[in-house]
Amino acid sequence: MFVPCGESGPDLSGCTLLLPAVSVGNVGQLAIDLIISTLNMSKIGYFYTDCLVPMVGNNPYATAEENSTELSINTEVYSLPSRKLVALQLRSIFIKYKSSSFCEKLLSWVKSSSFARVIVLSSSHSYQRNDLQLRSTPFRYLLTPCMQDSAQNEIQSLNWQEMEKTPCIPEMSDSDYCVRIPGGGITRTLYQESCSKEIPMAVLLKFVSEGDNIPDALGLVEYLPTPSTLPWKIPSSWKLLFGSGLPPALF
Amino acid sequence: MAATFFGEVVKAPCRAGAEDDEEEEEERRRETPEDREVRRQLARKREVRLLRRQTKASLEVALLEKYSCSRFIIAVGNNAVAFLSSFVMNSGVWEEVGCAKLWNEWCRTTDAVHMSPTEAHCVFYHLKSNPSVFGSCPKKNMQVTVLTCRHVTDYKTSESTGSLPSPFLKALKTQNFKDPVCCSLLEQPNIVHDLPAAVLSYCQVWQLPAVLYLCYTDVMKLDLLTAEAFKPVLSSRGLKGLAKNVPQSTEILRKLMTANEVQSNIYT
Repeated sequence: MFVPCGESGPDLSGCTLLLPAVSVGNVGQLAIDLIISTLNMSKIGYFYTDCLVPMVGNNPYATAEENSTELSINTEVYSLPSRKLVALQLRSIFIKYKSSSFCEKLLSWVKSSSFARVIVLSSSHSYQRNDLQLRSTPFRYLLTPCMQDSAQNEIQSLNWQEMEKTPCIPEMSDSDYCVRIPGGGITRTLYQESCSKEIPMAVLLKFVSEGDNIPDALGLVEYLPTPSTLPWKIPSSWKLLFGSGLPPALF
Repeated sequence: MAATFFGEVVKAPCRAGAEDDEEEEEERRRETPEDREVRRQLARKREVRLLRRQTKASLEVALLEKYSCSRFIIAVGNNAVAFLSSFVMNSGVWEEVGCAKLWNEWCRTTDAVHMSPTEAHCVFYHLKSNPSVFGSCPKKNMQVTVLTCRHVTDYKTSESTGSLPSPFLKALKTQNFKDPVCCSLLEQPNIVHDLPAAVLSYCQVWQLPAVLYLCYTDVMKLDLLTAEAFKPVLSSRGLKGLAKNVPQSTEILRKLMTANEVQSNIYT
């Protein structure tokens, strides 16, 4: 459930909600971190849930000593009122069998808050691409039916490529075709539920392999209808991503 | 999938934990009403139960409704528990008021009802001389203190962890915690998971003052140095006045360590 930081909940109607799927390479989450950090979005509340592994730490977007000691938890909501932009950040993985429940609660909040549209940032395993996908851009999009009418012109001008339908059961030659997003976490569930609940949602994803996925995140945010013309600001919490310093005696 | 140096192709684990999601979706699609009922029953078995340990009866009233408290102290892990039990619970008379049992498929019994009293995972005590202190509550005037340990290799720093003077204490506090802390705060990019994180998250969201004291150590089993590393916390508001005789408590802690030492010399 959404719990505001202050006494009263902010009015989110008409805003665009950006959120990540916890997916391969954590690309969506890294992209949301970049957006929150660069646009200096302020925390407005928490999406308190028992569906993700609990986690706490100090402010991941700290820029100075004064703001480095605010506690952050695993699901937080940030906003930039001037651009009617709201971002939900997820910082840990789902507990087994709880991802569907989370999707239900999330979409119910989306409906009740009257968001104008939802953009999901995600990724998919690059090793699962077919021959055509290997030869084309690694970026893909999906739009729910009610989003297609409003976003169609914008999509065409950006030259995005729609996520192709692939065999539901790859091993069977006469299998039906459907949208599959291997490694995409809750992306497909969110997309399918939004289609049936008539929520305007766009999914933007990139085919990636796990490793240093910072360039993938930068690529994904560049590909957005840019909310920012500023250079992307790397959050202070991205340091030491690959572990602590090495003992000098090693050399 | 990943190709190894030897030419095999193996399924590599995904750090985003996204591997199971497609399988979970498939399972859900094929689920019958009987499968759903089995899943519901399993979920009920996994619920945390609060009981009176001696009688095994469920607590009729929520603990914090029956015993209002201003200080709630939680110790997680053997060294934190050893510290709390030697320094705080050996000073004054603490009364056991309940315990929490939880069951999952990793337990040896079939459900929580059949677990023995010694398998309670969490025991609640309150201080008889000052009932407002609750050891081991989302009431507005309550302050929560959590003590736990982590291995020093979990601590991220630009130096090598081998050069760190472990054990050492770090703290994390919620926005509403205004008192001074007894050590430096945990710097980014370090984070905390599991029960201590769950408690602190709850307190942060519901605006309760709470502080977590985290001891980074290179010895995860019961260890005197590690347990003693929590001593600075005795001067904090959460534990102030609860430890009556520090030298005596140190002796109790030492004896606890000795009693728990496994004799490893096969020649004695």
